[in-house]
Amino acid sequence: MTSLFEEVAPVPEREVPTRRITVTINGESRTMEVEPRLLLAHMIRYGLKLTGTHVGCDTTNCGACTVLLDGEPVKSCTVLAVQADGHEVMTVEGLAGKSELHPIQEGFRDEHGLQCGFCTPGMMMSAKALLDRNPNPTEEDVRWAISGNLCRCTGYQNIVKSVLWAADKMRAEQNGGEES
Amino acid sequence: MYPSRFRYEAPSTVEEAVALLEAGAGEAKVLAGGQSLIPLLKLRFADPQTIVDINNIPGLDYLSFGDDGSIRIGALVRHADLTRSEELAAKQPVIAAAAPLVADPIVRNRGTLVGSLCHADPQGDWAAVMVALRGSLVAQGPSGRRTIPVDDLVHGPFQNALAHNELAIEATVPAPAGSPRGGYLKLERRVGDFATVAVAVSVDMDGANVARAGIGLAAVGPKTIAADEAAEALVGGPLTEERIDRAAELAAGTANPRSDHRGSADYKRHIVSTFVSRILGKVASSMERAA
Repeated sequence: MTSLFEEVAPVPEREVPTRRITVTINGESRTMEVEPRLLLAHMIRYGLKLTGTHVGCDTTNCGACTVLLDGEPVKSCTVLAVQADGHEVMTVEGLAGKSELHPIQEGFRDEHGLQCGFCTPGMMMSAKALLDRNPNPTEEDVRWAISGNLCRCTGYQNIVKSVLWAADKMRAEQNGGEES
Repeated sequence: MYPSRFRYEAPSTVEEAVALLEAGAGEAKVLAGGQSLIPLLKLRFADPQTIVDINNIPGLDYLSFGDDGSIRIGALVRHADLTRSEELAAKQPVIAAAAPLVADPIVRNRGTLVGSLCHADPQGDWAAVMVALRGSLVAQGPSGRRTIPVDDLVHGPFQNALAHNELAIEATVPAPAGSPRGGYLKLERRVGDFATVAVAVSVDMDGANVARAGIGLAAVGPKTIAADEAAEALVGGPLTEERIDRAAELAAGTANPRSDHRGSADYKRHIVSTFVSRILGKVASSMERAA
């Protein structure tokens, strides 16, 4: 630019391509029009208003945004919403039934598995995936399973206890209450 | 953080993907697991015009074993798949040892071995493993396939030898020259951090003697290092303490680490030597027990 002021032609609005996607979220099929660069975490929080999923570090470290994609935990800040097209997503809102908490949620309550609560939804989704795969985990198994989720309050001790509590309860329920 | 705008393509065949890369003329990026690419897009370190998502291409998620012990790992095999394969644990101890140490369990559900190789991070785990195993990457371009040894794939930090119109479709591990042994050790400050030092050691044993050896070092140079001299020192004899010490010393000499917040150069070199000894010592003692 040679002068301080110069009139130039208006820049044409860049066309914003969108894609229509259908995602089953907590059992309910939802169809929406999204920009490909929209992150799954943002689709869940701002699009679907499911604010249980938290965005912490936004750099694939902390795991606060963990949701289940076809049953497997993923960091939803590091998946594009378009990649969930035709797939099933489960967020922390999908855990509880209409009138009762999920055993994992009960475990976190009874064993004081949270303080500030920011990491809790991600922790619970990692725990859910672990218990779906391994209903009888050792303490070591639990620690490995949540090693991609950071907690800055608890020192993890009570989180591990909460998950083991939930495992016990879920096994007892499976066995028709014979155990426990 | 949001990525910049891009055109999103989700082809359903390898040929379509290659055509899209060709049309992208260097401004298209392949999205597989996305665990490195999406953070780079968000930080705007990468700003491609087109993203070619290969996750909808069927038939790229195979982990197959040849009768001769060779292995093929498709472009959509996730790290988690490798941690769960019992056949892999029985047939290829170096890959089996490395898989549970890649990133963290959540990232492992998405990230892929082939994608990691292409990403060419000097701290990446898989390049060190594949260098030790003399593995290759198979790439498909408009005029066919070619095989690139992993040692030649990495040109420098985050630079690989693929042309803009080539899609990496699988990684291959050649048949071992004996009973495949070895391991992978990584020093990291916490789960999910980049490696301070990582070492992959592969030894194919013919009875008590080493028939073929490979050593790969991660995070101790501007690119993955093949410690060939150290590996050669192992070949043709048994895993005695002296031979292990010699290999460990040579490997540490090949390392070219920099001092940083993760440790001094001397410390990292020392860890290379310790890890080489530890992996080989474990192989030696397991063979004694078996004998």
